[in-house]
Amino acid sequence: MIKYTLIPLLPLIAFVINILFGRNYIRDKAHWVAIPAIVGSLLLAISAFFDVAGGNVININVYDWIVSGDFNVSAGLMIDQLTAIMLLVVTICGTLIFIYSVGYMHGDEGYYRFFAYLCLFIFSMLVLVMGNNFLVMYFGWEAVGLCSYFLIGFWFNKKSAGDAGKKAFIVNRFGDFGFGLGVILIFLTFGTLDFVGVFGQAGSFAGQTINFLGWEVDLVTLICLLLFCGAVGKSAQLPLHVWLPDAMEGPTPVSALIHAATMVTAGVFMVARCNPLFIESPIAMNTVAIVGGVTAIFAATIALVQNDIKRVIAYSTVSQLGYMFLALGVGAFSAGVFHLYTHAFFKALLFLASGSVIHALHNEQDMRNMGGLKKYMPITYAVFIIGTLSITGIFPFAGFFSKDEILWRAFLAGDMGKFLWLLGTIAALLTSFYSWRLIFMTFHGDFRGTSEQEHHLHESPKVITVPLMILAVGAVAAGWVGIPPLFMEHGDKIGEFLAPVLGHPSGHGTHAQEWFVVGISSLVAVLGGIVAYVMYVKKTDIAGKIASAFKPVHALLYNKYYVDELYDTTLIQPVMKASDKVILGFIDKTIIEGIVNGIPNVIGVFSRKLRTIQTGVFGSYGLAMTVGALCIIGYLFFQR
Amino acid sequence: MNTEVGISLRDAIPFIPELVIICTGLIAMMLDLVVRKKGPVAAFVVFGTLVAGYAMCKLNGFNEPQSAFLNMFILDGYAGFFKLIFFINLILTVCISYRYMIIEKSSYGEYYSLLTFATAGMMVMASATDLITLYLGLELMALSTYILAGLMRNDRRSNEAALKYFFLGAFSSAFLLYGISLTYGMTGTTNLNEISATIQNLNIAGNPILFLGLIFIMTAFAFKIALAPFHMWAPDVYEGAPTSVTAFMSVGPKAAGFAVLGRVLFEAFGSMQVQWTNILIPLALLTMAVGSIVALSQTNIKRMLAYSSVAHASYMLLGVIAGTPAGLVSTINYLLIYTFMNIGAFAIVILLRSEGFQGQDLDDYRGLAKSNPLAAALMLVFMFSLTGIPPTAGFIGKFYVFMELINADKTYLAVIAVAFSAISAFFYLRVVMYMYMKDSDEPRTISCSPSMNVALAVTALMVIVLGIYPEPVLNYVKTVVFG
Amino acid sequence: MVPLSWYIILSAVLFCIGVFGFLARRNMIVMFISIELMLNAVNISLVAFSHYLQQVTGQILVFFVITVAAAEAAIGLAILIAYYKNNPTVKADDASLMKG
Repeated sequence: MIKYTLIPLLPLIAFVINILFGRNYIRDKAHWVAIPAIVGSLLLAISAFFDVAGGNVININVYDWIVSGDFNVSAGLMIDQLTAIMLLVVTICGTLIFIYSVGYMHGDEGYYRFFAYLCLFIFSMLVLVMGNNFLVMYFGWEAVGLCSYFLIGFWFNKKSAGDAGKKAFIVNRFGDFGFGLGVILIFLTFGTLDFVGVFGQAGSFAGQTINFLGWEVDLVTLICLLLFCGAVGKSAQLPLHVWLPDAMEGPTPVSALIHAATMVTAGVFMVARCNPLFIESPIAMNTVAIVGGVTAIFAATIALVQNDIKRVIAYSTVSQLGYMFLALGVGAFSAGVFHLYTHAFFKALLFLASGSVIHALHNEQDMRNMGGLKKYMPITYAVFIIGTLSITGIFPFAGFFSKDEILWRAFLAGDMGKFLWLLGTIAALLTSFYSWRLIFMTFHGDFRGTSEQEHHLHESPKVITVPLMILAVGAVAAGWVGIPPLFMEHGDKIGEFLAPVLGHPSGHGTHAQEWFVVGISSLVAVLGGIVAYVMYVKKTDIAGKIASAFKPVHALLYNKYYVDELYDTTLIQPVMKASDKVILGFIDKTIIEGIVNGIPNVIGVFSRKLRTIQTGVFGSYGLAMTVGALCIIGYLFFQR
Repeated sequence: MNTEVGISLRDAIPFIPELVIICTGLIAMMLDLVVRKKGPVAAFVVFGTLVAGYAMCKLNGFNEPQSAFLNMFILDGYAGFFKLIFFINLILTVCISYRYMIIEKSSYGEYYSLLTFATAGMMVMASATDLITLYLGLELMALSTYILAGLMRNDRRSNEAALKYFFLGAFSSAFLLYGISLTYGMTGTTNLNEISATIQNLNIAGNPILFLGLIFIMTAFAFKIALAPFHMWAPDVYEGAPTSVTAFMSVGPKAAGFAVLGRVLFEAFGSMQVQWTNILIPLALLTMAVGSIVALSQTNIKRMLAYSSVAHASYMLLGVIAGTPAGLVSTINYLLIYTFMNIGAFAIVILLRSEGFQGQDLDDYRGLAKSNPLAAALMLVFMFSLTGIPPTAGFIGKFYVFMELINADKTYLAVIAVAFSAISAFFYLRVVMYMYMKDSDEPRTISCSPSMNVALAVTALMVIVLGIYPEPVLNYVKTVVFG
Repeated sequence: MVPLSWYIILSAVLFCIGVFGFLARRNMIVMFISIELMLNAVNISLVAFSHYLQQVTGQILVFFVITVAAAEAAIGLAILIAYYKNNPTVKADDASLMKG
């Protein structure tokens, strides 16, 4: 079983080789190091999958990190059913995106650096999902954040990229602070950080309260909410979603891998992993569900009116992540993970396909300058359609099964469940609309870009299209592991597979109800597409008319509900005013310098006083020594 | 007097590592007369150090202590591990200094000889079981480092550093001698074990004169490891000395000081533990406060690192204050970790020094992340480690020291130390902020060299590996030092 | 026969004079001589103890101290001369380029 430690180790080795020798020796052959490593991880992950499919859980204690009395923290890896699914998602998407990057990043001066960071990211992500205790998970958690920060700011000469990186970093600090507190609280409560130990005791601590800032709060609820803070930051849920759309400044493969398929789903994974804790706390569960549901619809409305192709998909990601949390919150953990798994395929596909478009148009991202690409890029168009059918939830594409499972589980979960189901269904309608709008604006109609761009339009090379086609197969077929019993007896393979870790969702409904849910969601999916077709293909003037008729609404959505501005005025500006002499802008001057220079300034007063003792005259140093010695003598003789 | 005791050649066997090192220094000095470039001299010193290290491991002093020269000298696990630290220190210093000394136009051959002589002095200190050998080792180390500090003969700061170091060093060694003479007068011996036996036999643990002797001896050690208020030489000397020498001095003499401090306090004055703990606690607290607070207002990076090393000395001292063998192990472990992270940090400072560019000011670090991402990333690792942020080695070092304090029922000290290390985060992370968050328009050249790359790779790797996987090294220290 | 305590007191007084000289005087040469005075105070006490204890150890140490002091004097004066070349002064207070 020790061979499975190689799963994270191989990308780490590839990272070390690339970062050390990339600049001078490997240069544009960096993928020859990175791709074999991730393929090796993929093969091992497949092997691990079949091992755990038999029902056993692999738990490897690699070594003890800190041993001191009662305090014992080990670095250990665990592969159970949940981890096995995550491993497959990470390594399959990783492999395809690595191959894609060979074409996409070709000729970039930081080629080796790009692959090095990607390898480091894969390593961190694998550690995150494979850890057998909270500390290893936390290590992976912070490390993926760091990699994401590096990769968003990969083109550091571009100011917006650097700013986006900083924004992601700082916003995530808020979430991670909560997560860190949660981990500490877990240790204080359970006396261990091991998943097995913590989850085994979860039941016995239910209902216990502690005094927190003067309130009596339920201990498990507090832990869960703190952990969920981390998930909100990492998975870009309300109100910390602001960093993800900006993160699209990074190269497109990064958006696909980190900001769609893997890292942002870490929050979902973490909550699913901690399900024995969360089910002990109804308050926490409801919080997760509501935050998820509201984020799903909130982000979907913003996506309706965005014009940047990657931002539309980014908001779509935020919205889909909301779906996943919705599922987790109503207790359908396996449905959430199932959606995570199908989403990885179709969202990676959509991002990579949009990357293909951007590549062909020489870094044009504004959809208003696209159009009519259908005839130039048939393969990209085809896979885009498949991805869209999948995300909108058309039978029998992957997204249909997972989204339907979530909506059905929400529907069953009591009164609030019905409300959440309504939110989810409306979000599905919106999803369908903005996804088709994207297709129609990009691929249909006439080309609206410059003639220079039109002249160079071409389908992307094979190294880009082949991964797209493979992902397209996934976007179609990935959902077939979770066919609901309604259609096929024993169809919900993934639910059964995950049941040892995530349990079975509760609640039963009639077939008629289930048909109703399926019918409604299919209906809205088609409806959204038709409306988009009418607005953006048939009568293209309608869109503008509606926009002007509902100008305030449009402006509200177009400006993303002014959340950035809200934070700017309520949080950033006051802080900026409070700390005088703002020159460089919020991040540099206020937050960082405020902490790094502001607090020391208080101590700095002492500091400057103290340093005057150091006169520079060495005679006085001798005096200090003598006085010191005399003081010791006096102190001790006095004490006797 | 009984004159039948003789010293046979066999007695010199445990002394072989020192002999190798001293011969290396002497040959390097002669080699310097023959060759024009200093590269071969430096390479020879590294080679000689490796031979000495090999000889020491071969002697197997880790398993069975071997004493020599009428019990004035011992090669045991404790001394052996300190010698390993000295060897690492010497090799890394040579690696980072070759190119730098050329830039400073002070590339003299005797530089390398003096480094080896200083190392030989430290080795004798670590092995000394007699106050006489201890004194000789200390003076050999001190005299060599005085010269090293003033090696840049045409630089006024370097002159001044040597001058201050010399005067205060000589002043402190007079205190040491006075302490030795009082101890000798009260116990009638200079051998550490015999001192301990006499104190117990004559029951003179409360004798005020003996006490005075102990205080004077500790004063001198406190000077070497730069404990406040005996630290005041450190910032000035560290700033003025050539940066490579600063790196060398901030680790070697400090480690040697801890080696003798541990041996003298635990072996000779073990029965006076209550008294010396009472001396050390206020010293440690004062040092912590001065080191972390004054460092905040420093803008010269070398000076900042000097105060940081003062603060780190106090954390190491906490392991001694715990007063248990496990506490001493945590101190030694901290020293090893500190060796890598501190030399690494100074190596980056040296990296920034190029012809016509000092690179010592905090402002010189602006935008380093953009112009030299790798150098900035390494500095980030070292700064994180010095702060004690996991998963770097610095965290492990601090963690075990604090843990031992808690085990020794001195939790309040651990709490205060954590508070001060939080304060110290500000000046370490300020460097990181300058590198990553500030921009600079000035083009920057970096003085890389193959040996420098090796040193940086080794230090950074060790800082990370010791942070992520510390168990083997910790266990090794434990078994080596206490069987 | 002069009792031991007289020697010890003499040595202590000499040591204190040395310390005082080092702290009070500003001429670096005088400061250096003060350090030598401290070392010789130590030598007196060592020899006295050695004689009192009827042991040779203390006297051996004295030889070492004298030898080391000689080396120290050589190095110290060399450093002083190197310093003097760039800063023609022997006033200790002038050596305060670095401070704070």
